[in-house]
Amino acid sequence: MTAAVDLDDVSVRFGDFVAVRDARVHIAAGTFFSFLGPSGCGKTTLLRAISGFVQPSAGEIRIGGRNMAGIGPNKRPTALVFQNLALFPLMKVWENIAFALEVRGIGRAARRKRADELLDLIALPGQGDKTCDELSGGQRQRVAIARALAAEPDVLLLDEPLSALDLKLREHMRRELRAIQRRVGITFIYITHDQGEALTMSDQVAVMRGGVIEQVADGNALYDQPESAFVASFVGENNAFRGQVRDVDGDYANVATEVGMLRARQAARNGWQLGVGDAALVFVRPESLRFATSDDGQNNFPATVAGIEFEGRFWHVFLEIGAGKQRATMTRVNAPGGTHATAPPPATRGVGGEVTLCFSPDRSVALPDGPLAND
Amino acid sequence: MSWLHTLIVRFGAGFGACLLALAAFWVLLLILLPQLAMVDFSFRPNLPPAEQGGAQDTYTLEHYEYLLRGSESDSYNTIDLAVFARTLLVAALVAALDLAICYPIAYLLAQSAHGGWARLLVLSLVVPFWVNEILRAFAFRILFGGSGVINDALLFLGVAEVPVDFIRANVALYSGLAYAFVLLMIFPLYNAIESLDRNQVEAARDMGASTFRVHWRVVIPHAKPGISSGCTMVFMLSAGALAAPQILGGPSSLWFTQIIYQWFNTGNNWPRGSAYAIVLLVSTVLLVLLAMRVGKVRLSELGR
Repeated sequence: MTAAVDLDDVSVRFGDFVAVRDARVHIAAGTFFSFLGPSGCGKTTLLRAISGFVQPSAGEIRIGGRNMAGIGPNKRPTALVFQNLALFPLMKVWENIAFALEVRGIGRAARRKRADELLDLIALPGQGDKTCDELSGGQRQRVAIARALAAEPDVLLLDEPLSALDLKLREHMRRELRAIQRRVGITFIYITHDQGEALTMSDQVAVMRGGVIEQVADGNALYDQPESAFVASFVGENNAFRGQVRDVDGDYANVATEVGMLRARQAARNGWQLGVGDAALVFVRPESLRFATSDDGQNNFPATVAGIEFEGRFWHVFLEIGAGKQRATMTRVNAPGGTHATAPPPATRGVGGEVTLCFSPDRSVALPDGPLAND
Repeated sequence: MSWLHTLIVRFGAGFGACLLALAAFWVLLLILLPQLAMVDFSFRPNLPPAEQGGAQDTYTLEHYEYLLRGSESDSYNTIDLAVFARTLLVAALVAALDLAICYPIAYLLAQSAHGGWARLLVLSLVVPFWVNEILRAFAFRILFGGSGVINDALLFLGVAEVPVDFIRANVALYSGLAYAFVLLMIFPLYNAIESLDRNQVEAARDMGASTFRVHWRVVIPHAKPGISSGCTMVFMLSAGALAAPQILGGPSSLWFTQIIYQWFNTGNNWPRGSAYAIVLLVSTVLLVLLAMRVGKVRLSELGR
């Protein structure tokens, strides 16, 4: 069984503090859905509200269409994988996994059988009689997921379960988790502050800031069509140029910034549009910045190379622009024998070199001014 | 002997040796030797000081035999043995009662209450114990007396027609003992439960466990060392209590320590008092070890 989860203007207050404000989102049944945001953005509170450990102060949570108000965590069709896993250290691995079945009064033999099946599912066959400390971090991780799956939830909730693992294992577990989700076919709701995790695993991602859901989209749309300054600056690297809208022509806006007039595609959505005189931000991805050629008539401006970093696949070029020393980053793919645009910066463009930068209006986005992720 | 090495490295040879000597002095001279003297005493006849060390002063089992047989050798000392059995039984019940009272409090303190509240609660538990033992016992006597607060309340509410004799029924004694050692149960329990990751409780609830099952399968197994430590202390100290039984005990019931006290004091028979005391000590220790074996608790866990 799988179920859709609907949050209907859900707010959670702790005294005067609003942890979640008017969250409204539809999570389709059987999808991998992530809530992404910096710590303190309310994503864990929202997860605890869905699992039933926190009561919303306003709004409605529906799972499979059923209103969850007044239903405790032990009666909900959800299972939670805790950030610290919270395995029971005094029980064996198989007893941990079969705990939800024990609760339902299922006999020992049947419990053991089901636990062994789940151990197979998480690729830990025959490890049931071990204690939890005998397993590695990644194995414990999978046991925690199996324990939650044993409850046969319609929705599996995961609270940053990979944060304790090292980088290599984390990347491996991302694929593993996604594979498990496809196999069991139930809705996964995943909480993370790691955009890499959110983007690689999820069908849909909700980006949160200060208790508010800023945007819900798939990873690609989040990256290419951010709808707020926060999303644009939080998801991936981005260069932001602050300015004022001079005129709007269709899908494009011309924004007067410190580095000159910049023309950018505007993310017109949900009825709003930038208007003349609005404070705006123009975002350009580091990989969308390039060195100008003589053909580039617009969106070009001089800059000084402040530093160059070599990262194997990429060169990162750090730049300072104009009197205000506005900082920007440009990323070049390191392709040996590549073209002008992809080659590593020539010696003349070493640190201290004067360059002219350029970007295409279609590879940038103009958004209303707002707080940035690193503000 | 790595601990010895650590001691020397950390404190230097001189100070380290000093610490070692102090610890040895404490253990040997203040604990072990007096106890051994009592053991020795319990195997000697009760002689006037002039004859001690004389020809008649030979090792004997007569005091242990007395506890079993009384003054005649063909029957059992039913009075003393009954008191002995009752003391152990009631001490165990007091430990169980304290466990029942303290477990919810300790759980609340450790898992739910936050900072200020928890401290206030602990303080309100500790402060009454600044009042000395005798005074507390007499306060209970007043509380449970024929015209005490509880009887007044019962009469006023019409629950009882005549005052209930709580003292004779030993209700006052049991309550007094339970209250006297309540802290020795709370703190080990609190320490044990406090170290439990709250997420485990939530995880169990999330898996659908009832409150009972959460405690039975998660909290209690985790708190087992604390439970055994608390129960052991309350049981040992209740069985060995003297003030509370003296003051709160009913007129027709004795506590085993009172018999011991009588042999030492009014009976003027120190060897017999020693023998009785050692029987009490050994049997309580054996009972605790047995209970630990049944409950699968290791001795080292009690120190946690």
